[in-house]
Amino acid sequence: MRKCLTTFATLLAALVVAPSAFAQEAAGIAKPWGLTYQEAASQVFQEIQNFHDFYLMPVMLGISVFVIALIGYVMIRFREKANPVPSKVTHNQALEVVWTAIPVLILVVLSVPSTRLLFKQQVTPADTNFTLKVTGFQWAWNYQYPGIKGKDGEDIAFDAYLIGRDDPSELTNPAWRLLETDNFVVVPTETNIRIQVAARDVIHSFAIPALGLKKDAMPGRLNETWTRIEKPGIYFGQCSEICGLDHGYMPIAIKAVPQDQFNAWVAASEVDAPANDVVATIQGLEPSAVTIDTAALTADTLVSDQPVTR
Amino acid sequence: MATASADHHDHDHAPGFFARWFMSTNHKDIGILYLWYAGIMGLIGGFVSLLMRMELQYPGLQIIQNLPIDAAPGHVWNVLITAHGVIMVFFFVMPALIGGFGNYLLPLMIGAPDMAFPRLNNISFWLLVPSILLLILSAIVDTGVGTGWTVYPPLSVSDPNHSGIAMDLAIFSLHLAGASSILGAVNFITTIFNMRAPGMTLHRMPLFAWAMLVTAFLLLLAVPVLGGGITMLLTDRNFGTTFFDPAGGGDPVLFQHLFWFFGHPEVYIMILPSFGLISHIISTHSKKPIFGYLGMAYAMVGIGVVGFVVWAHHMFTVGMGVNVEWYFLLATMVIAVPTGIKIFSWIATMWGGSIRFTVPMLYAIALLILFTIGGVTGVALANATFDFAVHDTYYVVAHFHYTLSMGAVFGIIGAFYHWIGKMSGRQYPSVISHIQFWTFFIGVNLIFFPQHFLGMQGMPRRYPDYNDAYAGFHYISSLGSYLTFASAILFVFIVFYTIMFGRRVGDNYWGEGATTLEWTVSSPPPFHTFEDLPVIEKDPNH
Repeated sequence: MRKCLTTFATLLAALVVAPSAFAQEAAGIAKPWGLTYQEAASQVFQEIQNFHDFYLMPVMLGISVFVIALIGYVMIRFREKANPVPSKVTHNQALEVVWTAIPVLILVVLSVPSTRLLFKQQVTPADTNFTLKVTGFQWAWNYQYPGIKGKDGEDIAFDAYLIGRDDPSELTNPAWRLLETDNFVVVPTETNIRIQVAARDVIHSFAIPALGLKKDAMPGRLNETWTRIEKPGIYFGQCSEICGLDHGYMPIAIKAVPQDQFNAWVAASEVDAPANDVVATIQGLEPSAVTIDTAALTADTLVSDQPVTR
Repeated sequence: MATASADHHDHDHAPGFFARWFMSTNHKDIGILYLWYAGIMGLIGGFVSLLMRMELQYPGLQIIQNLPIDAAPGHVWNVLITAHGVIMVFFFVMPALIGGFGNYLLPLMIGAPDMAFPRLNNISFWLLVPSILLLILSAIVDTGVGTGWTVYPPLSVSDPNHSGIAMDLAIFSLHLAGASSILGAVNFITTIFNMRAPGMTLHRMPLFAWAMLVTAFLLLLAVPVLGGGITMLLTDRNFGTTFFDPAGGGDPVLFQHLFWFFGHPEVYIMILPSFGLISHIISTHSKKPIFGYLGMAYAMVGIGVVGFVVWAHHMFTVGMGVNVEWYFLLATMVIAVPTGIKIFSWIATMWGGSIRFTVPMLYAIALLILFTIGGVTGVALANATFDFAVHDTYYVVAHFHYTLSMGAVFGIIGAFYHWIGKMSGRQYPSVISHIQFWTFFIGVNLIFFPQHFLGMQGMPRRYPDYNDAYAGFHYISSLGSYLTFASAILFVFIVFYTIMFGRRVGDNYWGEGATTLEWTVSSPPPFHTFEDLPVIEKDPNH
């Protein structure tokens, strides 16, 4: 028990100090006591967050508060002492129509932006030319860059395993425990990325919370999703479908860099040997380098009639 | 309404202990057996979740490498989460609500002397005993099942940690539990359609009877699909078929469709009886008939029907194609409408009533509030685009525990407090039971509310360890689980205290408001009830 308490105290101390103590910071990582999403790193996920914040959350809060307030009122007003003689009313057709119709209306209103966003999120834009193939296996991920050739003239491909599980000193930043891998998956920013997801043995799921992205790696299928990372930075994710005893130990670590730095990394990489030294020297990955234009993303834009590609 | 004979003691020819409890064909005795069974399983399942919360209290591994299972800690963890899910769903909630309260109350409420097939009823219960033994055996002779309660292939077929006999034993365990449920469902449907008291039309049935009718149909249609799915799993494992193996032309997604075609109705199978029970609790303690009776009954029918066409919202991330995802998004949102009708009708039942804040009423009111919270996060999750962000995170864990752990379980405990006087002839101790309610209520909210935040931050489900950033809310969640478990132990004490030392009560100890037929017989009811059938002359719901 004392060991536990000490661990907890150390942990709390680490959490307080961590943000400023280390050179390498991740943009896509959970915050201690964080209440809501990780900050969105893609336009689509920003829109999903806005949909949640401007549509779902008001509906959820509104209904919960309304129901709880009604129950509270009823509990006070109609308690035995305040209302000793119960009424015998058991029908009110108008009321029943209202509490059927209003939820229907709310759902119809929700379904419009929800549908638009679903198609935007799930249908890869036609002008997507960059492909990253991800293959899950027990218990790590393999990454392939079809058509992107490194210095040996072969397509870049490598595995990425968790580090620091037994020896925390391997970690670049102690706050990255259970998240950092031996090889970062380097991708260019401001580029549409088609992500193809497959699996070698059992089902895994490729997930990156800061991109709102999740796609199951399914044996026998090649699943596809896409993203476009706006901000340079490090984004972590974890396998999100139970896949055996080390399900909790096959993280995803992505480093999004500007195109020129990505090119430098490609030029220095070869099969099974991504240029980690190049990655390590890449500077200027502060999350504030590029910002998503959230001002333009008001609630109005969510129901705009932008054409949807199917 | 007529009553059972007042001098029933002269007619009580209850058999001896062994014949009565081991060879029982009496619906009340079988109901009591089911409740004991469910209570023991609930404690075991709850203890497993306590172990899980102890492990998750701090980052790093503290507990699971020290448990007496000869396997890697990660596998032990997976065995724990699987055991918690399977035990709570198949061996606690279903036996308590359907076998327990269903068997005990349904014939009493519709004025039937017993269930239609009393011996079938006996088999339904006793199948559950070998069923749980097979599940326990799977952890003793092998290292247990660590696939989650969803037993998705290929993990359940080709994973090296599941190559032993544990998975097969678990599949047989589910076969038996499923057979038990199907037999029970047949029995309930026949009883409700054929054995209602004279004058009790379907539209005069108590709402609990409606809930059981819908539940029985869901069981009858859904459980065989699970049976088929896990049988295919069994042949894939042992006899070389490749239903779910792409190498032989099969598809793992097929299993997920079969599983959730059962699994989604299953969640309504767990919640509808609870809805039925709290309808009576709310009506009784508000001293008012239920508001909008027909709307309430048909809302349950609606939930049952729509519940069969929304299953793939559990599978948004498997890569179904965007049009299919869109359909399941829209269909799933529809469920909110009948559920909303029920919530508002319960509030309208209390409106204008004369409310007594007894312990069962507190559980029912708490259920309304907590189920509403679980319901609105359900509407959010129905939006596939949001689900992609939080699928398989703690947000989903929080959502389904708000609906089940606080929906189904609050219904079970509330119903215990409401009817224990009827079942045992003795009333629960009031003050300590209020304490039990408040500790339980605060405890479960401490466990599950912070899990919404963890999920939004990306904390995945089914992880024994986590990045240190998640530590804060995990710690609070674990504290909540200790409070909840302490409250559950207090509940066990209350159960024994009540049946041994509780104050004796009369036939209708709730008085005005308790209008269903079980309140016309003695407490406890005679061994044989309604030897003279009661006659229903006027509609009790108007």
